[in-house]
Amino acid sequence: MVEGLIGRKVGMTQTFDDAGNVIPVTVIKAGPCTVIQKKTEEKDGYSVLQLSLAEEKGEKRPSKPLVGHYTKSGIPPAKILREFRFRTQAEVKEGDQFFVDIFQVGERVRVVGTSKGKGFAGVIKRWGFHGGKASHGSMFHRSPGSIGASAFPSRVVKGKKLPGQMGNQRITVKNLTVIEADRDNNLLVVKGTVPGARGCYVLIKKEDFHPEEPEPERAKPAQPQAEKPEPEEKKAEKPAPEEVRPEKEEPEKEHEEKPQQEKVKPKEEKPEPEKDQPEAKESASKKDKEEPSEKPESESAPHEPQKEKKKE
Amino acid sequence: MNLIDLVEEKHSSKNTDSFKVGDTVKVHVIIREGNKERVQIFQGDVIAKRGSGLGATFTVRKTSFGIGVERVFPLHSKMIKKVDVVRHGKVRRAKLYYLRELKGKAARLKEKR
Repeated sequence: MVEGLIGRKVGMTQTFDDAGNVIPVTVIKAGPCTVIQKKTEEKDGYSVLQLSLAEEKGEKRPSKPLVGHYTKSGIPPAKILREFRFRTQAEVKEGDQFFVDIFQVGERVRVVGTSKGKGFAGVIKRWGFHGGKASHGSMFHRSPGSIGASAFPSRVVKGKKLPGQMGNQRITVKNLTVIEADRDNNLLVVKGTVPGARGCYVLIKKEDFHPEEPEPERAKPAQPQAEKPEPEEKKAEKPAPEEVRPEKEEPEKEHEEKPQQEKVKPKEEKPEPEKDQPEAKESASKKDKEEPSEKPESESAPHEPQKEKKKE
Repeated sequence: MNLIDLVEEKHSSKNTDSFKVGDTVKVHVIIREGNKERVQIFQGDVIAKRGSGLGATFTVRKTSFGIGVERVFPLHSKMIKKVDVVRHGKVRRAKLYYLRELKGKAARLKEKR
């Protein structure tokens, strides 16, 4: 199964829920999406699914390479091709078609689109500055005013809100609830707003997985060697990683990891000892009771990270 | 067919053009209190109808113990059981906001015959 689709924003309207409340919704024409190419680690260096949105009007004058690219899947060249990385893309074949019914009512999705371009905007429009008086000789109308002090720090701080390009950006809106998924008309109705103008392309993805986002575990490079092949397990651990780990890992495991640490580059080593610190303390207290001979080794563990911290 | 209409069709209530601006109507509003459901009637003059599609609303004005009360209802709301027309008014405007400045006898509408 795929966990995302390409769609076109149709427009906004409103519906009513069972309690009679008004819900603002956006209608998206999503799918059917065909898998055009399946890129693999061995061949292309990264594994993704390349999807294309089948519309009534395809590409008007497709180039020969584009036609060739589409022949395998058996649909006429379309206007849009996008790559997705899914959790369960192993069983998907090239030429498979997916419809809007991959989304269930009540499910959370995130929608990616290009926001409406506002051009080069001033600070009032772009950042909501209040501006000055219009008349009575104010001479200070819509300008940003002072952007820094003089002697100190004698520069403009980084990130200062100033005029510039506004809109026409890739924007992701998270946690939109699916109100309706109409397979017959390929319509997806989500609660809330979606970036972009009517008729613009948007990507819709399920909320519960996002491999392109670095997860906390992945950011710390010491652990993933063991965890990488099982991304689902990682998800489960995510909510309370530090609490769970000391209980799970037994004191013996620490000895197994230690020789590995020495092999790894010094950069990667840093995060791990920090994590292990509570664990080491615990194991130390356990060992006090069990095996007094190993005491010095376990005690050395908490000292290590402190030295490294000073280096940083 | 417009794709937005397809979505709206499922939620629209049918007989929405039974009354016009200037009519005196009884709006049967469903009120939920815990698990209980009851119907409350709001009677007054329709002074405005606006919007299109599911976003359309209408405004009903009545005078309650000498104080003007206006209520805006979504035309397709599920909480409206039905709208009864008590009498058709004869008006020459689409929005009867001028009634807000009038009191007593002056704030009456002529009946359409």
